[in-house]
Amino acid sequence: MAQRAVPIIAALIVAGLVIGPVTAVLWRGGGFSALSSADLDALSFTIWQAFWSAIISVVLAVPVARALARRSFFGRSALISVMGAPFILPVIVAILGLLAVFGGRGFLNIVLGPLGVPKLDIYGAHGVILAHVFFNLPLAVRLILQGWLAIPSERFRVAASLGAPVFWVLEWPMLRRIMPGAFAVIFVICLGSFAVALTLGGGPKATTVELAIYQAFKFDFDLSKAASLAVVQLCLGLAAGGAALLLSRGDMIGVGLDRVVQRWDGSCILDGVWIMLAAAFLLAPLMAVLVAGLPGVLDLPPSIWPATLRSLFIALGAVILTMALALPLATKAGEAASLLGISVSGLVLGTGLFLIVQPFVRPSDVALPVTMLVNVLMALPFVLRILRPGVESARDDFGKLGQSLGLSGWTLWRIVYLPRLRRPMGFAAGLTGALAMGDLGVITLFSRPGEGTLPLVMYQLMGAYQMQAAYGAALLLVALSLGLFWAFDKGGRANAVV
Amino acid sequence: MKKTLLTVAGLLFGTAAIADGHQPVLTVYAPDYFGSEWGPGPSIEAAFEERCGCDLQYQTGDLLPRLLLEGARTEADVAIGFNTDVTKRARDSGMFAPHGLDLSPLTLPIDWDDDTFLPFNYGHTAFIYDNTKSDGFTSFEALLDAPDDVRVVIQDPRSSISGLALVLWVNAVYGDEAEAAWTRLAPKIVTVTQGWSESYGLFTDGEADVVLSYTTSPAYHIIAEEDLTKTAAIFEEGHYFMVELAAKLTTTDNPDLADQFMAFILTEDFQTMIPTTNWSFPAALPEAQWPAGFQDLPMPEKVLFYDENEAAALREQAIEAWRSALSQ
Repeated sequence: MAQRAVPIIAALIVAGLVIGPVTAVLWRGGGFSALSSADLDALSFTIWQAFWSAIISVVLAVPVARALARRSFFGRSALISVMGAPFILPVIVAILGLLAVFGGRGFLNIVLGPLGVPKLDIYGAHGVILAHVFFNLPLAVRLILQGWLAIPSERFRVAASLGAPVFWVLEWPMLRRIMPGAFAVIFVICLGSFAVALTLGGGPKATTVELAIYQAFKFDFDLSKAASLAVVQLCLGLAAGGAALLLSRGDMIGVGLDRVVQRWDGSCILDGVWIMLAAAFLLAPLMAVLVAGLPGVLDLPPSIWPATLRSLFIALGAVILTMALALPLATKAGEAASLLGISVSGLVLGTGLFLIVQPFVRPSDVALPVTMLVNVLMALPFVLRILRPGVESARDDFGKLGQSLGLSGWTLWRIVYLPRLRRPMGFAAGLTGALAMGDLGVITLFSRPGEGTLPLVMYQLMGAYQMQAAYGAALLLVALSLGLFWAFDKGGRANAVV
Repeated sequence: MKKTLLTVAGLLFGTAAIADGHQPVLTVYAPDYFGSEWGPGPSIEAAFEERCGCDLQYQTGDLLPRLLLEGARTEADVAIGFNTDVTKRARDSGMFAPHGLDLSPLTLPIDWDDDTFLPFNYGHTAFIYDNTKSDGFTSFEALLDAPDDVRVVIQDPRSSISGLALVLWVNAVYGDEAEAAWTRLAPKIVTVTQGWSESYGLFTDGEADVVLSYTTSPAYHIIAEEDLTKTAAIFEEGHYFMVELAAKLTTTDNPDLADQFMAFILTEDFQTMIPTTNWSFPAALPEAQWPAGFQDLPMPEKVLFYDENEAAALREQAIEAWRSALSQ
């Protein structure tokens, strides 16, 4: 009985941490307020771009993930790690990287211009979607790749020996199960887009709900409006989560002995093309960040190091807390509940938490714990998306066996589940750490001078005309995020062939 | 039980005794850029602590939203870094007390007689360009008439104070024709960014030819980088005036120290620190005492300015003119 209470308590904690702050802001703002026609325009653009960004990310991820799943080549595992980088890039760094490739004076225009190709203009709705695909394709690829790797190799052998159509028999059922969840989580991330949409959207046509919240908060101090919009975000997030639950059908693939997959189907050349295209699209902007940042590394101020330590502290703390909450929450309902966390504007969450803690402590004293907490909420949906398929398969395939052997509680987890979950847990922990590392988040509302995090120092440098040093800080941030991601991800894959 | 109570009491009194031994604390709320090690905050702190025998502590972040969230419970004694385009909201909150200072040392290009909000620096909105690639623009009209391949980047008036100043500037120059002016400028606007930093980064990266910034921006490049290629285009129609302000909280538990800090703002010590830490013009310092790079900056002949009431009244329509023209 006590064991059944754990997931419920975890779900209540998550829901409370989201609904509490939103309610606090709503209460302080004096209730709901009506949305203007400009807000409705923003809402429809927000939904439209999020839908297309998510669809394109997920559809493109299928051939890339399949290619990565069935080919083995030198550097494959390093490539998979590095290709994950865009997802964890701080927004502003990613924009600079994208513009270095696709911008008016970017690489593509410089190379293609002399060949008579008309000038490429990244600014507009297509630019917003391009950027969102850049951010989220890596996540989609990893989620779907996991699905592929979860198909036991025995199944492929059987299918190959029977000459059965592998796609329809094995892959399509897996995709039907994985794709709706991947779509939902990316859709919800893109709902919260603000700076990307504005900068690459080219102007007010690309206004999102998040911008309206920002404006209501910073300029109008209209908390009622900010909270009302946050509730709209919550509803959209819940709707996306619910739809994903309904659509996510398909049976489990079955039990295997975890042997390495060998494949006899598919075109080697086509797979190679997909891998190269994806790598070029994801890595070229990253190279631009590297090139822009290198000279600035020498200009970095000494204060960057304590800021780096604070960021590492937040990242590691967020990893531990997220994992502790995620394991009991790895159920359908838990995953849907966790979508609440990323649906809601970070600004509203931060403001609500500020209102809640302020009567008791000085907000700047709890800046780091609060930033950590918000990062946990933001990471949970990804983490659950990554963990749940594994946890459920482990439960279905080995739970009864474990019980029949008299294993229960923590022992069952330790002996049966955790070893099976190493790979997804490593990936999820790496993602959480890297995201928390790069998040500017709510620290701006709480911080004290000299106590900023690495992303905050990067923004301060930019605000003080020190662009060169800021790019250096960005490079440091990317390197550390990626390092953290790699370390966890690698740890999770120890002893595994993949 | 008794023992515990005694221990707790001992701790409490002990703490009180320690606190007594400490210097009084002056808490100053400021925007993030102000308190960072590249802003004016640290040198101002050191100079003030030398004369007050106190401990000046900054709390940084979104200035006005944070103060309004905290209300009467705020720890702030002084808040520094307001902008006129949003001071109405601040004044209406009733959280700020008159400064009681003689304003004759002010050297602003406009008259200033506000008894609550005290200016400490100013600048003007301006478009910055690279003088090795362009001859610049002598008027707003010239910019609007420029070929459409001139790439301009501006800030969003809904998320950035300089973006808001721009729509007020256009409104001051063009009045009822503001939307038409925006329609002419629209094809040249590559993009609109959330804040000033992103825009300026796009400009220094070469992604834009012209960026909305301040008349004082070239001074940074001249003084800190010895780079003479960045110039502010001076428009004959005039430039929108932007001033930053400080005010004392009515709820301060250190009114004397707060007053002392407000008076410090107008001193030469404070004012001479402004140009090269805040990259803006000092509000109370004769031009002869400005650093050379600032004295040589081209200054607008005409200054356009809406007071806080006008700015508040015009804001919505000015933003709407921008929004509808750029949404076409």
